[in-house]
Amino acid sequence: MLNANVQYDIAVLGGGNAALCAALTAAERGARVIVLERAPREFRGGNSRHTRNLRCMHTAPTDVLTDAYCEDEFMADLLRVTGGATDPMLARMMIRASADAPRRMGRFGVRFQPSLRGTLHLGRTNAFFLGGGKALMNRAYAAAERVGVRIVYDAEVVGICIRDGRFESAEIRTPHGAESIRARTVVLAAGGFESNLEWLGEIWGEAAKNFIIRGTPYNTGTVLRLMLDGGAEPVGDPAQCHAVAVDARAPKFDGGIVTRLDSVPLGIVVNRHGDRFYDEGEDYWPKRYAIWGRLVAQQPDQIAYSIVDSKVIGRFMPSVFPPLVADSIRELASTLGVPAGTLGGTIERFNAAVRPGTFDHQTLDDCRTEGLVPNKTHWAQRLDTPPFHAYPLRPGITFTYLGVKVDEHARVLMKGGLADNIFAAGEIMAGNILGRGYIAGVGMTIGTVFGEIAGRQSSDVAARAGAA
Amino acid sequence: MTEALTDAMRKAEHEMVVCNACRYCEAYCPVFQAMEQRVTFQPADLTYLANLCHNCGECLYACQYAPPHEFNIDVPRTLSKLRVESYESFAWPSFAAIAFRRPWTTTLVALVVSIVVVQLISMSPVAQPADFYAVIPHHVMVTLFGVLGVFVLAAIAIGHRRFADSANDQELRASPEGLRHRRLAPQQRATRDVLTLKHLHATGEDCVDGEEQRRPWRRWLHHCTFYGFALCFASTTVAAIYHLFFGWIAPYAYISLPVVLGTIGGLGLVVGPSGLLVLDRRRDTALTHASERSLGAAFLTMLLLTSVTGLLLLLLRERPIMPALLVVHLAIVLALFITFPYGKFVHGIYRGAALLKFRREERL
Repeated sequence: MLNANVQYDIAVLGGGNAALCAALTAAERGARVIVLERAPREFRGGNSRHTRNLRCMHTAPTDVLTDAYCEDEFMADLLRVTGGATDPMLARMMIRASADAPRRMGRFGVRFQPSLRGTLHLGRTNAFFLGGGKALMNRAYAAAERVGVRIVYDAEVVGICIRDGRFESAEIRTPHGAESIRARTVVLAAGGFESNLEWLGEIWGEAAKNFIIRGTPYNTGTVLRLMLDGGAEPVGDPAQCHAVAVDARAPKFDGGIVTRLDSVPLGIVVNRHGDRFYDEGEDYWPKRYAIWGRLVAQQPDQIAYSIVDSKVIGRFMPSVFPPLVADSIRELASTLGVPAGTLGGTIERFNAAVRPGTFDHQTLDDCRTEGLVPNKTHWAQRLDTPPFHAYPLRPGITFTYLGVKVDEHARVLMKGGLADNIFAAGEIMAGNILGRGYIAGVGMTIGTVFGEIAGRQSSDVAARAGAA
Repeated sequence: MTEALTDAMRKAEHEMVVCNACRYCEAYCPVFQAMEQRVTFQPADLTYLANLCHNCGECLYACQYAPPHEFNIDVPRTLSKLRVESYESFAWPSFAAIAFRRPWTTTLVALVVSIVVVQLISMSPVAQPADFYAVIPHHVMVTLFGVLGVFVLAAIAIGHRRFADSANDQELRASPEGLRHRRLAPQQRATRDVLTLKHLHATGEDCVDGEEQRRPWRRWLHHCTFYGFALCFASTTVAAIYHLFFGWIAPYAYISLPVVLGTIGGLGLVVGPSGLLVLDRRRDTALTHASERSLGAAFLTMLLLTSVTGLLLLLLRERPIMPALLVVHLAIVLALFITFPYGKFVHGIYRGAALLKFRREERL
């Protein structure tokens, strides 16, 4: 049982990287902090537990980053992926602060990989957490416990009491009953609504039922909805989510990184009618995988099948799920439950349209088709060498864009103006900077930078309120 | 190797497939680096990875798929079980595999047999203080340990051979770490790994006994045990040279080389094993399979008994109790000796072989 009479300086709603950065920063400055994490201890850390790195600008090589990645290049990347759906002032501020983020996280005991050996060539732009996001969160929670942050697991926020634009208390539900948590300030760091199937259904209709949620089942957007209903200004595209194509056999929630499939550019993708629907070889997979979630979501029953032949086996990261194998297209069609005639026709036309070229899956090669709708513009090889392997695909939702609007002090903008004592950090406000699109590791940068700002600002506000 | 897949084998294969798709742990240790070079995981690959694992524990706490997640990934524990199974499968003669399933019974039986044997070969106590050979004649001691030594070496060599034969070598691309040390031969790099226990602190931090509980003790206590054992071995070797080549007969003076080496080594074998016994009891049980824990405990207990009785013998060698102590000490040493190929001792053999394989692959 929590003591309801305690007045905290800061209540942090959420328990991921942004929440802990805020909590630790504030506690370091002497504030009395309570973290309300909805998940049980074993699944703490929100979607941060599934992450792996954060994007950092740097002007010279560091111990964890190669080469240089300057402010303008970072900004250009951000503008490109968002198509301009970003607040340039906040974005620039975040980028500048990112340079120091690894070092600042280091003071909480967070460690980074010295050099990158992985398959994604991100060593120049992204600093990798040693052991990944869960290791990061273990460090952060251990640090929080050391500095006396109060952490409550299994604490679902069900109400936020805001009076005259000021936060007063948060109503929570725990296995031990309902509580009211009073605090001088609040930091909203409870993520988006990507695991709220009902909410997704309001946007996507019936299709949402077939979505797979890649991350935590606890990001139901309760805090976001409470804030929007309570008068917070929204930001980010409310109808969009970041969706990649994942193996359809993935668990409904929390499948994380391993459910991704890298076979798409090496073969063809058909829908349940056996028809192709998009250029599988448009660009390098890391640049394209994020559009395939939406592509699959637009197909009947939100299912598609990536089909490769035995020529390319071993050229893509193995899936955790075994391929569906068949010795003929006919047999494959019956395994997949796709009309054999259509699938056979699709593959026949595809094979006939493949132009001669030199296959090289490491470059944008000259293997392409001609005269097809849609054409495959790279890595197009005939599907002619059995056994054929297929992987079923479904849309895998990573995060949502809708959030609350903030200023450069991470202060939440309400309909009536800036809130005095309400701050936000992480995915719940990421839409200010990432209104659309995605670049790897930027979510963690936003969480880290704004978490710190929110921690600093809220502790200042709390200190002033305490002195008054 | 038995062809039938055990449950641990199946679980390890599932885990490696998931790990290979994730790879977040790749900076922790050679297990994940070796894993990344493989697309499929045959029993031989899994056995190799299991013996490469130092059970440092980091990857369990870092794992987003660790229990209670439905993927149920607990690499340290699965590989721990698989390691013991691999010791069984490599055991020579094959029926001796049962020793790994019942380490305490094995230890007890070995002790009882050894006490009987040493009792049988020992003479009635004599008046001369510290005259070990009056209790058990030198040639009897040498014959007994010589014959057994040959057997023990053969058993270990055959096990090692079976392990080496089972492993598929893989074409690997060189790691940055490997490239930095490319001037060293694989054997040299593997030796360095063994002597420094590099992979218990390879990331610059100590290994874990529980979530976020990093302590240097496991590594240092293992060093005490390893180097303590080596010093005791050196002490015996020096004594044998004294005896054979110089005709200097034990007991040796307290400041003589064999006694100094033996005393320091013996102290190491008191501190190391007793510390490790305590540490292992406190360690998170999710990290190690029960079969490996009891295997370790039995071996550590025998090492501790050896060093304690050895040091007592040294202290009390002038006393009338010496003959009885000598019989007990020798019986314990004999039991330890017999169980070398059938207990935790073999982890050093297979770990060394796995590290050598890792370094050899890395060089390709």
